[in-house]
Order: sequence, then C-alpha cells, then structure tokens
Amino acid sequence: MVQDLIKKANEETMKRILSAQPTLVGIGVAGDVIPGMTSKTILHAGPPITWENMSGPLKGAVIGGLIYEGLAENEVDAIALVESGEIQFDPCHHHNAVGPMAGVVTASMPVFIVENKTFGNYAFCTLNEGLGKVLRYGAYSEDVIKRLKWMETILAPVLKEAIGLAGPINLKSMIAQVIMMGDEGHNRNKAGTSLLIRELAAHIINTSFSNQEKIEVLNFMNSNDHFFLNLTMPACKSSLDPAMGIKYSTIVCAMSRNGTEFGIRVSGLGDRWFTAPAEIVDGLLFPGFTAEDANPDIGDSVITETTGIGGFAMAAAQAIVQFVGGNPQDAINYSKLMYEITEAENNTYKIPVLNFKGTATGINIMKVVETGILPIINTGIAHKEPGVGQVGAGLVRPPMKCFEDALEAFVDALTEEGLVE
Amino acid sequence: MSKINDLFKTELKVANIGLRSFAEDLKNQKVKVVHVDWRPPAGGNKKMIALLSKLK
Repeated sequence: MVQDLIKKANEETMKRILSAQPTLVGIGVAGDVIPGMTSKTILHAGPPITWENMSGPLKGAVIGGLIYEGLAENEVDAIALVESGEIQFDPCHHHNAVGPMAGVVTASMPVFIVENKTFGNYAFCTLNEGLGKVLRYGAYSEDVIKRLKWMETILAPVLKEAIGLAGPINLKSMIAQVIMMGDEGHNRNKAGTSLLIRELAAHIINTSFSNQEKIEVLNFMNSNDHFFLNLTMPACKSSLDPAMGIKYSTIVCAMSRNGTEFGIRVSGLGDRWFTAPAEIVDGLLFPGFTAEDANPDIGDSVITETTGIGGFAMAAAQAIVQFVGGNPQDAINYSKLMYEITEAENNTYKIPVLNFKGTATGINIMKVVETGILPIINTGIAHKEPGVGQVGAGLVRPPMKCFEDALEAFVDALTEEGLVE
Repeated sequence: MSKINDLFKTELKVANIGLRSFAEDLKNQKVKVVHVDWRPPAGGNKKMIALLSKLK
C-alpha cells in the first residue's frame, strides 16, 4: 500500500516538474516584486543561517548589500547594524527566489521575473555581475558597489524595456537548446548568454536609451559568459516550486548551500530543510590560490542539478571538463550515474553524446540512500575571506546526512499515520 | 567431482562481485574478469536498511 502511495506521489511530482514552462516575463525591483521583501530584509543563498554562523563570502556580501542600500557607510557601520538586530535574514528560497554563490538580494536590486506558465507561479533572481571581485563572492569594495548601481540604473532599465519589446521569452526551449550547444547550465553558460544576446540585441537597439548606454549593456552581457546563469536558476526554481508539498513524494525539490551548511527539501516533507555541514569543492584553483583559501560549498545554483541539468548534464559540456578537473569520459560517467538516483529522463533537456537521452531528473531520496550515490554538482569555488572573489571551480557532492535524515523523517511521518510499523 | 574438474580445464571467465582487488589479481594473471561495481544497500548502514525495508 505504502509503495503505491509513494509511486503515485512521485509520478505527480515528476509530471509537474516536467510540464513546467519557465518564461522570462520582465525585470522588477526586489522590494516591489519579491513577496515578503522589506527595506531591512536581506535574502541569502542556502538554508536559514544566523550572522554568527555565516562564512566569509556571505558576510562580505551582506556588508556590501547594506552599503549598496545606503543603510551603512562602511564595513564597521554594516556590522554594527547587523548586530543591532534590525536586519532580517531569510533564505531566497523562502521568497520564491534564488541567488548564485552568496545569493544576497536587497530591496533595491533589480531582479529577473520568471513565470512558470503551466502553473502561474513566479521565481526571481538578481542579474549576474560578471566574474572577479563581485558581491556574490563576498566582495564589497567601491568598484563592486559602483557596478551594482550601474546595473540598477542602466542595465536593468535597458533590459526591462527590451524584454517588454521582445515579449515573453520561453526559457525552457532556450535551456534545451543550450544543452545541445555545449552548456550544462551551471558552470558553462556561454551558449545561453550568446542566445540571449541574439534574442535581445535588436530590441535593445530599439529602446529609448542613448547609444552609449545600449553599447555598455551589450558589452557587459558579452563580457560575462555567466550572464545566462541568473535566468537558468529562476527557470529551475519556478519549475520545481509547484512540485513541492506533494504528500508521500520522495523527490528532492530544492538543494542549496549557504557556505556553512548544505540543505535539501523533499516534496513530501513540506518546507523542512535537512542540513549538514557543506563540503569543500574538489576542483582546480586559479594560479596563486591553494586549497586552504577555499570556502565550503555555497550558493543556490545547485537548483540546476535539482532540475536535471548542471552536473547531471555534464556529458553535454565537454568543453569545460578540464576547467573542473576531469576528462570527457568522466563527464559521460557522471551523467550516466545520475540515472541511478533519479526518477525520470527529462522530456526536454537532452544530451547529444548520450544519443539524445533526456537528462537524469528528479532526485529520489530512497535511491540516494540505497545506492550510496550522491548527486554530482558542478560549481564555482569562493575564497573563504570576504572581498576576494572566485578562486576556482570543480565538483562537489552533498553530504549523505541530508538524505538519511530526510528518509528518517519520511518514515517517521508514515509511522505516525499508521502506514508503516 | 568430474564436472568441477572439467570446469578448471576450460578457460576461466570470471565475474567478480565485491573487493576490486580480487578482480585485479586475476587480471594480472591474464584471467578474463569483469568487475561488478556493487556495494551493499545503504553502504551496509543497518538503520537505513531498516528504514528502506519499511517502504518496499
């Protein structure tokens, strides 16, 4: 009996995930469009965390966010404000949002608005700042704040008008194309960024802004291969949210890290997070950095793997296998292995080198615990100190404890209902 | 006994389940061997095996 309940619940969960139609519909201001956002709210990546337990890059991004908002003049002011208790921290995930790395979102930041047209729910994500010293890696120097202000006053308004002229952009179809073009949607976003520019270029030209501003916007997007990541992420978030809360479902609907802890949420277990200390990423470090410099795993970007792309589609992204410290056969092996712990082959995201097989989608906690195979995540590495930035990239896995604790809670819930002894 | 003896007179083709080193030793002796990537359910964790068994 219980097997049937789980089977039906998982089928419904997968139906919802696979039928999602994430669509870019606009750009708004976080304080206006994100539910529950206030001028003193700071959203962050990962499961809930207190200031005292935050890692360096997250603390740095919080400091930068407060300076950007004009709530603090400098680092000392920002820390005093946080310690006064006036600032409310909350995970992006609790507000239909996701953020890469530190994932800090403050009220004035522009955000992409993605609608899942099948279910009418929304997801939000900030615009990608580029590489190097950026807020999401914990940097908060003057140039970081200046760039965020330019994004607020030029980049976002130009793109907002251009998206308005273009009309809704089907992200599901675009992500399916980029997987065919050598992106895996997490650590390689070159094809996605290129396609987005192609989609928007003519509309950007048709906006009411000056030529200089249009050129700045196009150059900014073109100089940042990861620009599309901040659209893939809310596309995935909007695809997974309707699959949350299906009783008896053992499918993972969120995985995330705050730089201190890794957390997962399971459809049949509601809003609960199952957490364990975040792992150190195994990968290649940029010249001049050592393993000692690396912060534990951080960011909401693992929402891509939760949806069946990212590390799960590594076989599609042969061009970056060396960047994360592997070879082409490793990439194929990783993608194949993920079928052991998932519920379905994706009906839209397909991998050419695997004979166009759909990516492994829908992580099942029962399969993870039984096989001992953990999801593979393809990610960036942040410096552990605030203000330094990205120091490498590589592969990481969640702690098994998250899945074991979730399985135990799932069986406890069934026991309480008298469905199992 | 005769059947067993016959077996050892033919070319051995081994499927090894368990420790990889058994397969490697045979390979070093030029015996045809396939190693099966197998591990006990839940890595042998009795608590997890008990939980999983309640759901099957």
